Amino acid sequence: MSRIGVFICHCGENISRTVDVERVAQEVGKLPGVAFSTDYKYMCSDPGQNLLKKAIQDQKLSHIVVAACSPRMHEKTFRKAVEAAGLNPFLCEMANIREHCSWVHENKEEATVKAVEIVGMMVERVKKNRVLPTITVPVTKRALVIGGGIAGIQAALDIADCGHEVILVEREPSIGGHMAQLSETFPTLDCSQCIMTPKMVDVANHPRIKLYTYSEIELVEGYIGNFQVTIKRKARSVNEDTCTGCGVCMEKCPVRKIPNKFDCNLGMRPAIYVPFPQAVPNTPVIDRENCIKFKTGKCGLCQKVCGPGAVDYEQEDSLVVEAVGAIVVATGFDLYTIDEKPKGSAIKGYGEFGHGKIPDVIDGMTFERLASASGPTGGKILRPSDGREPKQIVFIQCIGSRAREKGISYCSKVCCMYTAKHTMLYHHKVHDGQAYVFFMDARTPGKSYDEFWRRSIEEEEAVYIRGMVSRLYQKGDKIVVMGSDIAVGVQVEIEADMVVLATAVQPQKGADLLAQKLGISYDKYNFYSEAHAKLRPVECATAGIYLAGACQGPKDIPETVGQASAAAAKVMTLFSKDKLEREPIVARVKESGCVGCFACKKVCAYGAVEEKEIRDRQGNLIKTVAFVNPGVCAGCGTCQATCPSKCVELDGYTDEQVIAMIEAL
Amino acid sequence: MHSEKQKHTFEPKIIAFVCTWCTYAGADLAGTSRMQYPSNVRVLKFPCTGRIDPVFILKAFQQGADGVLVSGCHPGDCHYIAGNFHARRRFAVFRKLLEFVGVDLNRLQFSWVSAAEGGKWVEVVTDLTEKVRAMGPMTEFKELAMEEQWSGAIDTPELKEAYNQI
Repeated sequence: MSRIGVFICHCGENISRTVDVERVAQEVGKLPGVAFSTDYKYMCSDPGQNLLKKAIQDQKLSHIVVAACSPRMHEKTFRKAVEAAGLNPFLCEMANIREHCSWVHENKEEATVKAVEIVGMMVERVKKNRVLPTITVPVTKRALVIGGGIAGIQAALDIADCGHEVILVEREPSIGGHMAQLSETFPTLDCSQCIMTPKMVDVANHPRIKLYTYSEIELVEGYIGNFQVTIKRKARSVNEDTCTGCGVCMEKCPVRKIPNKFDCNLGMRPAIYVPFPQAVPNTPVIDRENCIKFKTGKCGLCQKVCGPGAVDYEQEDSLVVEAVGAIVVATGFDLYTIDEKPKGSAIKGYGEFGHGKIPDVIDGMTFERLASASGPTGGKILRPSDGREPKQIVFIQCIGSRAREKGISYCSKVCCMYTAKHTMLYHHKVHDGQAYVFFMDARTPGKSYDEFWRRSIEEEEAVYIRGMVSRLYQKGDKIVVMGSDIAVGVQVEIEADMVVLATAVQPQKGADLLAQKLGISYDKYNFYSEAHAKLRPVECATAGIYLAGACQGPKDIPETVGQASAAAAKVMTLFSKDKLEREPIVARVKESGCVGCFACKKVCAYGAVEEKEIRDRQGNLIKTVAFVNPGVCAGCGTCQATCPSKCVELDGYTDEQVIAMIEAL
Repeated sequence: MHSEKQKHTFEPKIIAFVCTWCTYAGADLAGTSRMQYPSNVRVLKFPCTGRIDPVFILKAFQQGADGVLVSGCHPGDCHYIAGNFHARRRFAVFRKLLEFVGVDLNRLQFSWVSAAEGGKWVEVVTDLTEKVRAMGPMTEFKELAMEEQWSGAIDTPELKEAYNQI
């Protein structure tokens, strides 16, 4: 006979405001099998947990139901408390009467009735719960970091410095990411390259970091502590081991006029190239689409001039498989391209701003390249159309961001600050120039940020106009900017030489596809979702996968670096143990009833179902049945719903438990 | 007259079978965002929609549910790689069967609600509740279950024999 204890939480007033908790405790106390029921202000607090533990011992309780918040929030907390009191943790269940009841209903009577039913359902379920032994699995103490921008670099360095091996995978030919493209960084105006490149070199020289550039994640299998990751190494056509990085091939390459993506297509590069001079690794890559050798079979000049003989036209894409225990996702961001409408999106674009049509209407990143000392203009602010210095420059904020009607309602967070920086850089380089900024609000929270923004107005003479721009058009060699100044209530028309658009920060293209490979969740913008917005901001809901940087949401550099180190700390916590305890929610086969149809094997996405032969003492085969490898099983239960003879059972979600819940209703 | 009165005060019972990673989290988000929806729904959590056996739906109707909702991750977003695809196929066939048996398919709703779609959860639950409220109670399965229970039909020798053979 079960002696069930039911604990109803007030959650301060969060639950008790709309649910009559005392009545719930009373009603539930009448249910058969319930030996004890009570309510308490904060069940998750220390006294609350002690109340639970004491009741288990005093009342000799056999099963526990805690009616409080979502099990996604505190299931672990209460199961731990129950375990401390000497019960198997899986004999404790949570009834969600906060997120699914008190917070979503206003009528106290209705909410109370619902809460009683929810708790009743869980009481019936917990009666059927079985003691489950915790499963321990080994931990592979190697980490995979996806993305070689500042987030990935920081996470990789932190983990590697702690003594663990790290595999860093970067899609582009060099690590560095967007930060390597920036000119100077707010709020200190440090040169981005000066603070970034030493870290890149550290990565390259680190004995415990294995760097795969020009590579992509192909397949992720396994689970926390035991992932197998297949990485596709795209053919570089240059042997990384023998190349010395002398650069003669790049000098001799006859193809010279390919827009360089790193320079936002302002500068040109040859067909065999490194994206930028400080690239890590400093090994060129052949752009096969534009290389004469690959297009026509002739040329081959780079191979002839290569002293060490590193150029290899025969190289093919290859796959490598790496075993890792944890994954840090740091794929970063991309900028909203306003001249192309993303597929399947409601974004209509900003055709009225002429981006892509008027050459001197550029985005923020392009301005960074113009202002960068290592950029295509050597740090001079020059118009892409005619190379003249712009004397009047207009910055427009919130292009794409905070525009619900265009499909993006979030704030891109960094634009206010980088535009303030742009006005300063501009003023430092073009002394007789005038910068105007059209803005909705200036959002400058952050250490020394507001002071920085004010400096751009008070000392660097940028004119801020509160209001949006309705239209841009070319007039001679000027760009006429028509907007409104809502502070004064007048229409403004500025004849500008150059216009810089602060376009929205978006996740990298293909972020959703990577998420699907990893099995992590993402929001409607394709930003990756953290497990808990406040308390687990760097973890994914999928165990063993962590987030760093702008792939989770727009972030500036300090925040990104902080989050990357936090993710690294989480990885190191995981690696601090040799064995990992995992939830014993796995499928088991009832061999007596199994007919060996292996329908379960067909539907198992993890290949956890094996064939097992059952023999008698003489060694004669009696039958072949299914066997679920508990180390590989992820616990989805698809096999159970598929089994025609109902002989696979998912522990924790057995038919018995589910039917008991339905019958309680 | 009687049925009219009943319709007017009728509060349908809706049972939702959801996966823990997407829809349960989506429903949690609706809670954290303090959205409001009818209190008729009772949520049963599963690891994955792939775990949801059609028998549960029948059982729910038998137990007096007036509407059933099955909801999981969007296609391609399954936490368990492909569980929701298996569920989708399974329920596509199962719906046909229910239709054949004579169940109004408006009582059974399948949807995809992601962890970020608290608003969609509210919409889906509200829609289904209102739809079912207008349709009135679903009694057929419940009556059938009662009949079975009292007629002793469940205890026939044939059934017993079949049971013993398992």
